[in-house]
Amino acid sequence: MKTFHRIVRFVVNLFLLAFAALTLTPMVWLLAATLKSPDDLFSYTFFAPRISTFNFRDLFSTVPFHRYMINSIFVASTMVIVQLFFSSLAGFALAKYDFKGKKPIMILMLSTMMLPSQVLMAPLYELIYRMGLVDSYAGLVVPGAVSVFGIFLFRQSILQVPDELLHAARIDGCSEFRIYWDIVMPVSRPMIGAFCLISFMGTWNSFLWPQIILHKAERFTLPIALNQLVGLYQQQYGTLMAGTFLSVLPVIILFLLLQKEFIAGLTAGAVKG
Amino acid sequence: MATRPTDISLTPTRAARTSRWFVLQYRMAPYLFVSPFLILFFTFGAYPIVKSLILAFYATNGPKSAVFVGLQNFIFLFSDRDFHKAVWNTAVFAFWSVFLQLPLSLGLALLLNSRWVRGRELLRLAFFSPNLLGQVFVGVLFSVLFIPQYGLVNRFLHFIAGVPLDTKWLANPNLVMPALVLTSLWMYVGFNMIYFLAALQAVDKDLYEAATVDGANAWHQFWAVTLPGIKPVAVFVLVMSTIGSFQLFELPWIMLNNSAGPDQAGLTIVMYLYQTGFVTGDLGYASTVGWTLALGVLLISLFQMRVTGAWKGGD
Repeated sequence: MKTFHRIVRFVVNLFLLAFAALTLTPMVWLLAATLKSPDDLFSYTFFAPRISTFNFRDLFSTVPFHRYMINSIFVASTMVIVQLFFSSLAGFALAKYDFKGKKPIMILMLSTMMLPSQVLMAPLYELIYRMGLVDSYAGLVVPGAVSVFGIFLFRQSILQVPDELLHAARIDGCSEFRIYWDIVMPVSRPMIGAFCLISFMGTWNSFLWPQIILHKAERFTLPIALNQLVGLYQQQYGTLMAGTFLSVLPVIILFLLLQKEFIAGLTAGAVKG
Repeated sequence: MATRPTDISLTPTRAARTSRWFVLQYRMAPYLFVSPFLILFFTFGAYPIVKSLILAFYATNGPKSAVFVGLQNFIFLFSDRDFHKAVWNTAVFAFWSVFLQLPLSLGLALLLNSRWVRGRELLRLAFFSPNLLGQVFVGVLFSVLFIPQYGLVNRFLHFIAGVPLDTKWLANPNLVMPALVLTSLWMYVGFNMIYFLAALQAVDKDLYEAATVDGANAWHQFWAVTLPGIKPVAVFVLVMSTIGSFQLFELPWIMLNNSAGPDQAGLTIVMYLYQTGFVTGDLGYASTVGWTLALGVLLISLFQMRVTGAWKGGD
């Protein structure tokens, strides 16, 4: 019986390892492909026989790829800051105050989460068009400046902040905004990390809305720019892979830095303690 | 510091003034704090909802011109073969993603939850990592991986199962959907696994001990303890991944090179919405498509919640 258990455990471990390897293969191939010369790209060796920087040089010499990266970083950072501020503020209000209209607001938020966002694309575009915000980053950021998911996330975590702490601050003459800024935000640090990453990833990877709003190539963010490259490089797969690699790299780095908080944030909404 | 007499006489009024302001800012604070959300919600949420309901009864050509057509958009929807195709494709995709993804995710989570598996943290990271890449980037990567002859997918399948190397995944109408399902499987299995893992770790350990004392084997424990314990999360994952599947757009759009693919085999509802609204310019008909999608998603979610009994017994 004991040896049987041992064999089962060994097989399961082996299976999980194989499955993990299978999962990682496309990404490792992506990394390997960026360093291959065009001739070696589809060679039968997985890694390049000789390392070539051709793909990266080609990428930056044909399109202003650095420009797209800067655009993406700018748009995503702005979005994160704006969403973080508005969502945490609303989450604080819903967690720690009793006020008229609190219930309807909660119901409103729940129902917006159910509605597929694409339903609103057409009228939203019309509205942004009439506001003269087409082809601007404002048109990209403003409609998404508050994240309902973020409000829920912050409400959930701020609920756990003891009321006594807030009362003590009030007795010391602290204004409500300062309570938010100097007490609630500092103790919400894990949630802030989680939310920043989720929000950053969401903006970084978003395609449909930027595709609708942005027309000038110089304003493109990475997903739209890369999509254009697909048409441009029908056969230059190596260059395409270099672009893909550089586009996903920042998110991966950020994730490795914040992974604990990230997973805690993702599951906070689903699994109630 | 010595208190001067004047200070004493001033104190009550100053305190009164301060406290009045203090009470006021305390009362106003929650309203001020939620106002950005409310303003943005009414401008970019409520207004578009109403507007798109209205638009659904108009035929438009770009954002400027609109002609009232009554129920014509809805009537056309019933005979619109492209729309039928989109609904069928999306439903097939949703069916396969849910029925392949969820059992696999749960299985992985169960295995990763057992103490004798080595390197659980690293395995968790490995399974989750594809989800970091957005659909666009995954789409570009997999459009290359699916290339006939040289692509990694064909080479791998050729090696293990003798699948012909020249299998044209993205050019063959019958293979487009399997390719999409496979890609999304790669992308989302680890994501769902994280939810299941979190749920498994929240199940009360004492229940397992009690079950063991009662002589329940692993299989009984799974049915009597694990499954009821993770049910709320399982329903959440089921509903969320169904909603997600119905919103499929980027993956096929990128993998099929900004098109619906051969014989429109990759046409999804959102892709059709995008094409009618922003390529053809009929925002009215796009709204009709959008509302049909919203209604469909709502009905399916409610159905799933009812069947799984998520409505009974509160949370």
